[in-house]
Amino acid sequence: MPIVEVKNLRKSYPDKIAVEDVSFHVERGEIFGILGTNGAGKTTTVECLQGLREPDSGSISVLGLDPRKDRDALHERLGAQLQESELPEKLKVSEALKLYASFYRDPADPEKLLDQLALTDKRDSYFKNLSGGQKQRLSIALALIGNPEIAVLDELTTGLDPHARRDAWKLIEGIRDSGVTVILVTHFMDEAQRLCDRIAVIEAGRVLALDTPAGLMHTAGETTLDDAFVTLTGRN
Amino acid sequence: MNALTRLAATELKLSLRTPMWLILGILFPSVVLLAVGMIPGMDRPYEGGPRFIDVWAPSLIVLTVTMLGLQTMPVHLASYREKGILRRLATTPVSPANLIIAQVAINAMIAVAGTVLLLVVGGIVFDIPGPQDPLGFLIAFVLGTGSVFGLGVLAAALARTSRSASALAMIAYFPIMFLGGVYLPRQFMPEFVNRVGEFTPPGVQALQDAWTGTGPQPLQLIVLAAFTAGIGFLAARSFRWE
Repeated sequence: MPIVEVKNLRKSYPDKIAVEDVSFHVERGEIFGILGTNGAGKTTTVECLQGLREPDSGSISVLGLDPRKDRDALHERLGAQLQESELPEKLKVSEALKLYASFYRDPADPEKLLDQLALTDKRDSYFKNLSGGQKQRLSIALALIGNPEIAVLDELTTGLDPHARRDAWKLIEGIRDSGVTVILVTHFMDEAQRLCDRIAVIEAGRVLALDTPAGLMHTAGETTLDDAFVTLTGRN
Repeated sequence: MNALTRLAATELKLSLRTPMWLILGILFPSVVLLAVGMIPGMDRPYEGGPRFIDVWAPSLIVLTVTMLGLQTMPVHLASYREKGILRRLATTPVSPANLIIAQVAINAMIAVAGTVLLLVVGGIVFDIPGPQDPLGFLIAFVLGTGSVFGLGVLAAALARTSRSASALAMIAYFPIMFLGGVYLPRQFMPEFVNRVGEFTPPGVQALQDAWTGTGPQPLQLIVLAAFTAGIGFLAARSFRWE
């Protein structure tokens, strides 16, 4: 049984339609990629499945729950990393983890997470003094502090240098190996190709293709996901 | 620690790390009292009546409570909204009520500390006697602070940025300061303005009456309590993570 099921999701804002018609399902234990250009509707889609936005129509089931009606129950079991969110400037790394741990019934051990994400020597640093990569690692730690079954990571590696990106990739594989289902929103082809078990390619609010990275390249008759994406989205 | 105590402890730590508002909230009323009290004549009976500083001291409490409730707190909460800090919290199971309670508690503590210091400084330097009806004063203070803080939370709930929270809170800020006699001592204001001020937050007349000894009038306290309950309900209902 799929862990996430999205059917005919539609969501519009006053000035535009963000998601026209999106359907997909995610299996337990996979890294599921949502790939698309900026403004394709990726973030709105995951915001709806996290219960942060109310869809206009369509149905969403996450862990058998309705994200809007069963919000609190869902948030106990789904961890999130948001595209644009900060922490208070003078909040220390260890304080942030302890604070977020207090929100959950059965939290992970903050010390262990600090260690896993190589933040132990930064535990007493203020949030504002962290580098981009360290902020992202902290944000992964916060997404995992509730011992979630699903982690939603939105544009995690945007703005990171190549080394930090590769470090983040290893972390994401580590999360999956620990049994957490990962939904990865990205516009980086290399990242999607390397990490994802299956990918939904979203363009202008619709799912253009949904397959494994190899399947997508085969369908498009291309040798890289990058080329496959260009062919599939028909923009040359 | 549960979510509420952890949030309150964390917010308190954060305000100690940026202590400007904390220091200002505690010291400001006493410093203003000292400055005004040094102006010749202010500390002497006016035409046989009470001294200016005796009557004006409660207005300094209004000043502190209004500054904290209608500037410090809503701007702080709205800056959390602006930076996506609230949005991040929205993905966790924690309820927004926890953050509101933590913020109200911290700012109330600052208001209490500022008021206590004002009483002490006023007593030592100018011989201003403390509140003659301590219980009445306490009730008036709690209700008055509650009503202003409720308005502050409402401003934070409705505003999307710290600038708009500040602007929104100003709608209540100036009338409250004016009616509370902060700008112009109430004995120099027209009678009807004073009558209005008796019933608007934070109930300066009740504070004054409790201070001078006649005791606050029950009707004023009831009106204030009803206002606090109403605005508190509205603020709690409308404050959302997003």
